[in-house]
Amino acid sequence: MTFNAFLQNLSNGISLGFLFALIAIGYSMVYGILNLINFAHGDIFMMATFFAYYAIAFFSLPWGIAFFLAIVLTAVLGVLVDRFAYRPLRNSPRISCLCSAIGMSFLLENFAIVVFGGRPKAFFRPEVFTKVFVMSGVRIHSVSIVTPIIAILALLALTYIIYRTKTGLAMRAISRDFDTANLMGININKTIAVTFAIGSGLAATGAILWALRYPQIYPYMGIFPGWRAFAAAIMGGIGSIRGATLGGFLVGLLTIMIVAFLPALAGYKDAFIFVGVIIVLLWKPKGLFGED
Amino acid sequence: MISKKMRNNNKLNCLVILLVIIFVTIAERSFDAYVIRILNLCAIYIILGVSLNLINGFTGQFSLGHAGFMAIGAYASALLYMSPQIKEVNYFITPLIMPFRVIETSFFVSLIFAGLVAALVGFLVGAPCLRLKGDYLAIVTFGFAEIIRVVFNNLQSVTNGPLGLKGLPIYTNLWWTWGIAILTVLVVKNIVNSSYGRALKSIRENESAAEAMGVNLFFHKSLAFTVGAFFAGLGGALLGSLVMTIDPNTFSFLLTFQLIVIVIVGGLGSITGTIIAASAIAVLMELLRAVEAPMNIFGLHVPGIPGMRMLIFAILLMTVVLFFKQGIMGNKEWSWEGLFKIIFPKQRDIKEGD
Repeated sequence: MTFNAFLQNLSNGISLGFLFALIAIGYSMVYGILNLINFAHGDIFMMATFFAYYAIAFFSLPWGIAFFLAIVLTAVLGVLVDRFAYRPLRNSPRISCLCSAIGMSFLLENFAIVVFGGRPKAFFRPEVFTKVFVMSGVRIHSVSIVTPIIAILALLALTYIIYRTKTGLAMRAISRDFDTANLMGININKTIAVTFAIGSGLAATGAILWALRYPQIYPYMGIFPGWRAFAAAIMGGIGSIRGATLGGFLVGLLTIMIVAFLPALAGYKDAFIFVGVIIVLLWKPKGLFGED
Repeated sequence: MISKKMRNNNKLNCLVILLVIIFVTIAERSFDAYVIRILNLCAIYIILGVSLNLINGFTGQFSLGHAGFMAIGAYASALLYMSPQIKEVNYFITPLIMPFRVIETSFFVSLIFAGLVAALVGFLVGAPCLRLKGDYLAIVTFGFAEIIRVVFNNLQSVTNGPLGLKGLPIYTNLWWTWGIAILTVLVVKNIVNSSYGRALKSIRENESAAEAMGVNLFFHKSLAFTVGAFFAGLGGALLGSLVMTIDPNTFSFLLTFQLIVIVIVGGLGSITGTIIAASAIAVLMELLRAVEAPMNIFGLHVPGIPGMRMLIFAILLMTVVLFFKQGIMGNKEWSWEGLFKIIFPKQRDIKEGD
C-alpha cells in the first residue's frame, strides 16, 4: 500500500471515528446515569435524518435551519422516550428497563416503516458538502473535514456542560450515587431529561453528518451505526465520555483499516469489531477507561 | 417414596401427553396445511421460549444470543439431512467441504447433531463470558450472535454464504415439533425443580450470596447455557426444515427479540407463562396479517400498511413491560393443585401419605 493510500484511509477512518464518537457518547451518558443500555439510541439517530429530510422536502426550509430543527426535534424525542419508556421503570429491576429499551427500539423502527415507508430515500446534500479536495493525490470530501470540526466543537461544549455547569455537576452526582444525589435535593428526573436531550442532540448531529456522507436514509439505518457506536462505548468503558470518544475513534479506524489492509477479510469486519469488544471485556471487564 | 399426590399428578400429566398425542394424530390427518403450519410454529416457539427462559428467567443471565444458537442448529442439521443432489444444486458457486458433501443422514440423527453442536458452541461461548454480569453479558451474547451471522455470511464453503440454503426437504411435522416441545418442557421443568434449579434461582436472586452458600457459579451458569443452547439448536433445526429456506440473515436480532417478547409476556421464570405466550404470539402473528392487508372500513378503502403488524407487536410488548411488569404468569407455575383449588374451592387439601 502506498503512503498516499494510507493517508486516504486514515482521513476516512478519522472522520468516521468522530461520527461513531458522537453517537457513542449518547450511549455512554445514559449508561453512566441510569445504568441502562439505551437500545433505542440507534433509532433516535435514524429519526433525526428523517426529521431533516422532511423539513427540507416538505417544508422546503433552508438546510441550515432544517438541520438545526432536526437536532432540536431529536432532543425532544429523546426526552419523550425517557419520559414514557424509562421513567415509569426507575425502581424496577434492570431487566425490565432493558426490555423496555429493546421494545422502544423496535417501536421506533416499525413506526418509521409505517409512517415514512420502508423504501430508502435520497438525503438532500447541500453543495458545500459535496465538494472534494485533492491534496497530493489524497481525495478528501468536505464532509470529512466538517465532521471532525463539528465533532470537536460538540465535544468541547459537552465537556463545558459536564464540568462547568450546575446541571453537569448534578449529572456527575447522579452517576456517582443515584440515591444520595436524590436525597441532596437534586431534581433527578429533570437532570436525566437533560441528559437524554444532550445525548439525542449529539446523536442527531452525528446522524446528519452520517446522512451527508452516505446519503440514503431508511428505517433500519440506525442499526448499523448504532451497534458499532455501542461497541465503541463499551470498548472505551461505558459511562466515560473520554472512553466513548476514544472507542469511537478505535472502531472507526478499525472498520476502515481492516478493509484497506486485509481486503480478503473485509466481509468479516463486523465480526472483528465484536471480537475486539469481547476481548477488551474479558481483559478489562469495565472497558479501557471504565471506573472500577 | 413417591407421595400419593405426586403419583396422581404423574397420572394426570401422562393423560395430558396422551391427549396431545391424540390431538396431533387428528390434526396431522384432517387439518389443512395452514393450520398445521401455525401449530408447528407454536411448538417451535415453545421450544425456543422455554429454553431461553431457562437462561434469562430462571438463571437471570440476560442472553441475547439465542438466534445465534438457532442458526448453528439449523445449518448443522441441514448439512446432514440434505441429500447430496440438493447440496450440489445449492452450492453451485463454492462446493461444500468434503465430509458433508456426500453425507446424508436421517432427520433424527441430524437433529441430535444440531443440538450437540449448538450445545458445544453454547458452552464454549458461555464459559469465558459468564464472568461478565448483567448488561455486559447481554452485549457479549449479542455480539456473539452477530459474529455467527457475519461468519455464516462469509463462510461460503460451509454455509453457502448470503445465498442461503434453498429447497430443504420438509421433515418437520407435528410429531417432531410437539414431541420435542414436550421433551423441552419436561427437561427444563425437571431441571428447575431439582437441586440444580434451586441453585440456578439462587444465582438469579443474589450471585454473591449463592456463591457464599457453596453454589458453583461456573458449573450452574454453564449448565443453563448449554441446555438452553441445545434446545435452541433443535428449535433452529426444526424451523429450517419447516420454512425450507434458511440464510444467515433469517437469524438476526429480530428473531431473538421475538423470543424475548415471548419470555417477558409469559413471565420471566414461568414455563407455563412461556407456553401460553408462545402459542398466543404464534397465532397472533398470523391473525395480525389481516392488519396489513387492504381493507374496507365503512366503504372507505384503506390500502395495506406494511409494517403495521410489527408496530402492533412492539406496542404490545411496551404495554406488557410498562403496565404488567410480571407478564401473564409472573414466576408462578400452573399445577394440578392450583386447578383443583379453582374447581373445588371449599375442599380441604388431601393429607399427604407417605
